[in-house]
Amino acid sequence: MTPPADLRSIADVAPLVQRGEVSPVDLVRGCLARIEAGRDLNAFITVMADAALEEAAAAQRDIAAGRYRGPLHGIPVSLKDLIDVAGVPTTSGSAVPPRLPAHDAPVVRRLREAGAVIVGKTNLHEFAFGTTGDETAFGAVKHPFDTTRSAGGSSSGAAVALIEGMCFLSLGTDTGGSIRIPAAACGVVGLKAAYGELSCEGIVPLSTTCDHVGPLARTVRDARIAFDALSGTPHPASRPERVTLGVPGGYLLERLDVHVRAALGRARIALGQAGHTIRDVEIEHARMTPDIYLHIVLPEASRYHAATLEAHAGAYSPGVRLRLEMGRYVLAEDYVRAMRLRDILRASVDRALDGCDALLLPALAIPAPPLGAASVGVDGSPEPVRAIMLRLTQPFNLTGHPAIALPCGRTTSGLPVGMQLVGRHGETDRLLDIAEALEDHIAGGAGSVGGGTV
Amino acid sequence: MRVEDWLTAASADAGRRGLPELKPLLETLARSTTNLRRADVEIDAEADAGTPTDTAR
Repeated sequence: MTPPADLRSIADVAPLVQRGEVSPVDLVRGCLARIEAGRDLNAFITVMADAALEEAAAAQRDIAAGRYRGPLHGIPVSLKDLIDVAGVPTTSGSAVPPRLPAHDAPVVRRLREAGAVIVGKTNLHEFAFGTTGDETAFGAVKHPFDTTRSAGGSSSGAAVALIEGMCFLSLGTDTGGSIRIPAAACGVVGLKAAYGELSCEGIVPLSTTCDHVGPLARTVRDARIAFDALSGTPHPASRPERVTLGVPGGYLLERLDVHVRAALGRARIALGQAGHTIRDVEIEHARMTPDIYLHIVLPEASRYHAATLEAHAGAYSPGVRLRLEMGRYVLAEDYVRAMRLRDILRASVDRALDGCDALLLPALAIPAPPLGAASVGVDGSPEPVRAIMLRLTQPFNLTGHPAIALPCGRTTSGLPVGMQLVGRHGETDRLLDIAEALEDHIAGGAGSVGGGTV
Repeated sequence: MRVEDWLTAASADAGRRGLPELKPLLETLARSTTNLRRADVEIDAEADAGTPTDTAR
């Protein structure tokens, strides 16, 4: 059965828009109706309905006049509410007084130049400082498949907006996994490009040396369309026939939910049967990751918030405030130590990639956790939710390697599972080529939401 | 500064600032700092022994 136009991929809909068979105004109306119908999920903070309808009408006129700009022209997109849009408050999901930007962030300018229509700004874990989307001044973001569960985070609303058809593309940010974690929890694609490849100017920082911005999309092809627009450079697709994938063992695979471990096993088999080579590799010193991460992200976050913590301490969610306060106590010598060890970890990932086209590992060690849970059981023992959710993604924020989360079927209770591919430095376009070639094998035909046929 | 001394000073400061709930988080951070410093020393030792880590530096 053909899904309605507003649940299809950009790659499927764009030719219809170009030919005038589907109208951008109708696409926006469809998204706005879904935003309204799904208000209880708390996916959006600001809905820009009037502006979006005007932009869509302008796109429709331009396309009819033969001024088609490309696959994002007339396509409704959402932005995580850390990203500046001129004239619209940037709340960061907080009750702290918002930024009132005079200019669009460069990534927003790029999307507008490509003709995208901004429908609104999505909810998030406050200041992107969490993985569950429940510490926010705008209501906990709920997982659409089970509203008692978290949609992941911190780009929580971005993922929910996408799977609920509230937009065709969501822009998120990722400092420890905040694009890939909600993508995995909700069953969509999430791309963190290599560090520095996409501008984070005009985006409220969490940790300036770990922050990344990038798309959540229904397919890898759509993520590429977004990446091309955001980087300002088209990267023609070139699908490899056969690839070699390294699966990092040790620390990274020690603590996995049984369904996630089974999904990794199924993906390995499916990829092997498709003729790809899978080998075991090691990322030396991976176990140092959480300690390095803590001593970098905490003080970098605290620096940005220092003045606001003094003036508006009571406006922060208690947990976020305490994490920011903790960062004020990290000693400079330990920050420098962490930066040194980070270089060593980066070289370890480079060595693991020697002879491999990409690394393959889960994006999220557990399925979406219950909202408000402090810990979850993994292999029979309790794990702190925040730590277990960050475990498989944060290494690549420290090292800056490009990484992409892909849907990989569901648990027996219907919750999505996500895999992750990690590419070489500076080769995000090559990673997209590999991900596009492997997407269907990793999904395993398990009917994953956001997969190629949705 | 030794981690133990840092924790004592940081916990006292958090108490003075009316943030006693920060103390358990500072204890967690202290454990992490101890791990970080140990890793730093071990990597130096590995490098001195000429293990592959040496090439990563």
